[in-house]
Amino acid sequence: MTTTEPIAPTVNPLDAAPARPLWQVIFIRPVMLTVLLLILEPIVASVFWPQSLDLQYILSTFTLTAPLALMALVLTLVIIAGEIDLSPASSMALTACVFAAVQQAGVPFPLAAVICIGLGLVLGLFNAFLVVFLRLPSLIATIGTLTFYRGLAQVLAGDNSIKLPEWYMGLNLVTVFGIPVPDLIVLVAAILLALLLSATIFGRQVFQIGTNELAARHAGIRTRTIKTTLFATLGVVSALAGMMFVSQLGTVRYDLGLGGELQMVLMAMLGGTYIFGGRGSILGTFLAGWLLSIMTNAMNTASWLPATQFCLLGVLLIVSIIVTNFIYSRTQR
Amino acid sequence: MNAVRLLLLRREIGILAAIIIFCAIVGIANPRFLTTDNFRVILLLMPLVMIAAMGEMLVIIARHVDLSVGSTLGFAAMMTALMFKLAPGIPWYLGFAVAIGIGAVLGLINGVMIIAFRLPAIIVTLGTLYLYRGLTFIASGAKQIDRQFIPGPLKAMSANSPTYAFPWIVIIAIAVVLITYWFANHSRLGRQVYAIGSNPVAAPLRGIPVTAVTLVVFSISGALAGLAGIMYASRWAFVNPSNTGWGFEFQVIAAVVIGGVSINGGVGSVLGVVLGVLLLSCVSAALPLLGIPGTVQSAIYGLVIIVALVIDQTVRERGIMALASTRGART
Repeated sequence: MTTTEPIAPTVNPLDAAPARPLWQVIFIRPVMLTVLLLILEPIVASVFWPQSLDLQYILSTFTLTAPLALMALVLTLVIIAGEIDLSPASSMALTACVFAAVQQAGVPFPLAAVICIGLGLVLGLFNAFLVVFLRLPSLIATIGTLTFYRGLAQVLAGDNSIKLPEWYMGLNLVTVFGIPVPDLIVLVAAILLALLLSATIFGRQVFQIGTNELAARHAGIRTRTIKTTLFATLGVVSALAGMMFVSQLGTVRYDLGLGGELQMVLMAMLGGTYIFGGRGSILGTFLAGWLLSIMTNAMNTASWLPATQFCLLGVLLIVSIIVTNFIYSRTQR
Repeated sequence: MNAVRLLLLRREIGILAAIIIFCAIVGIANPRFLTTDNFRVILLLMPLVMIAAMGEMLVIIARHVDLSVGSTLGFAAMMTALMFKLAPGIPWYLGFAVAIGIGAVLGLINGVMIIAFRLPAIIVTLGTLYLYRGLTFIASGAKQIDRQFIPGPLKAMSANSPTYAFPWIVIIAIAVVLITYWFANHSRLGRQVYAIGSNPVAAPLRGIPVTAVTLVVFSISGALAGLAGIMYASRWAFVNPSNTGWGFEFQVIAAVVIGGVSINGGVGSVLGVVLGVLLLSCVSAALPLLGIPGTVQSAIYGLVIIVALVIDQTVRERGIMALASTRGART
């Protein structure tokens, strides 16, 4: 007998999706929008301002985006776990105001730092209390805390700006191997979080919670503990980001990082994090942070008004989320 | 007995009690709070938030949320004021049509993006919150429109009153509330909004045109924000690209959620929202009389949102438990 007889298909061809070509797997993913923009943007900008391609310039201007990028990295984990937190920019403002105020009142630096970080932890835990314990939808609950935390900062600081001690200023001017320290902090945080997310059990559990929380709980994952941990971490990191930010600014007002929630969510979305949870990467958010920094610079150099810049960021947010959803809906099997 | 208990369990009674207790305490602390002058202050604080809250209420009942109302208000107010500035001959009442029209278009854009791309409303409207604000800046060239460009009859609407102590903008707000009451409780479309919010999965199966209703709801929210925009121009006699409507969405959402509208959709009443706006306005009016600086206001709005959400959640869980226990008793 010859072996040329057709073998009856055991699987209905309609059931099995054809494997996607390798180039599609690599290139058609949400983060490519960011990569594309990250390549295009400096080229366009350098036509007008040659210095915008200068590496030292890019590194030194990134220090202003660094606090938001740092929080956005942790926010990425929260979004992957299927929740969201819009309040970190406000908790940053509140903790930074407290940090500056207690130092002005004569509290020594180490104690002030402990108070600041402790407060960040409390703010993060309060978010977790609302979302995890009371089971409020995180989007709307953190809108409440967004208003509340910044309101508290306003109560504390009024309309005044609080000065920080002279010696504490200028963290962005300190360089290690020619890289400003804030940039280095973001880089180290990104590497650590990327390892945490992709190489530990904890990281895989975060993905599982975001994909299907009920299934994750039935699989024995401590979903509530993990979510609480994530919110608390975000609170602590927002305090650290605030301490980093005020060192560069020298003074702090209640409106520190006003509108930062837009930029943070934008970084996560541009980085290809799926808004409904379960997908995303730290690398994407990290790249998006650099993209936003370079873009903000170009817009500042072109002397665009802040509100006009926000206009572009708003459009970018909607475009990026549409692209992300579209690509994920096409490739989800 | 049972009827009385049911009445007392209504959410509106709780808010009403909160208002009365609050007013009594503030009235004891500072008797000026309970005078007719102060009543007028409270009355004039309410219309803008009230009108926008009616739209936001419908959006939240449909299980969405609209964060862009403040920016929509700002953009509509700015475009109307620009129209008055560039074409002074235009009749002032045309401003209402323009503001409402612009607001409706902005709301419709929100709705289209949410429906067409199946995006969460909160992220889309967070984007348009900044987008519309930026457009306001671009359109105005970052310049304020001063009072001499706002038509006199329009400004007079906040001062003149056809009847005792009620300026026109208050009467407009009352009219909007009555129409919304009719729409939400007695029109087919309004009931469909509740149906969508109660169960988004079941609604299309019962033949409710979810897409159309959602678009209408967002358009209404935008249109009412636009109406609030021209009333802002009437009330304050200027339009500023950065101040007008900034942070307005938090006031509106605070008023709506404290009015007992459930963030999980399908629950909420016009009366509750009216009382919610009244409570927030009483708080705003009480602060200066108690010698508390205005900077506290933002913190209070935030706290109010959180407390209202927590109350809503506990009431809902108790309701589910009560339902389960009665069912258990019957079988």
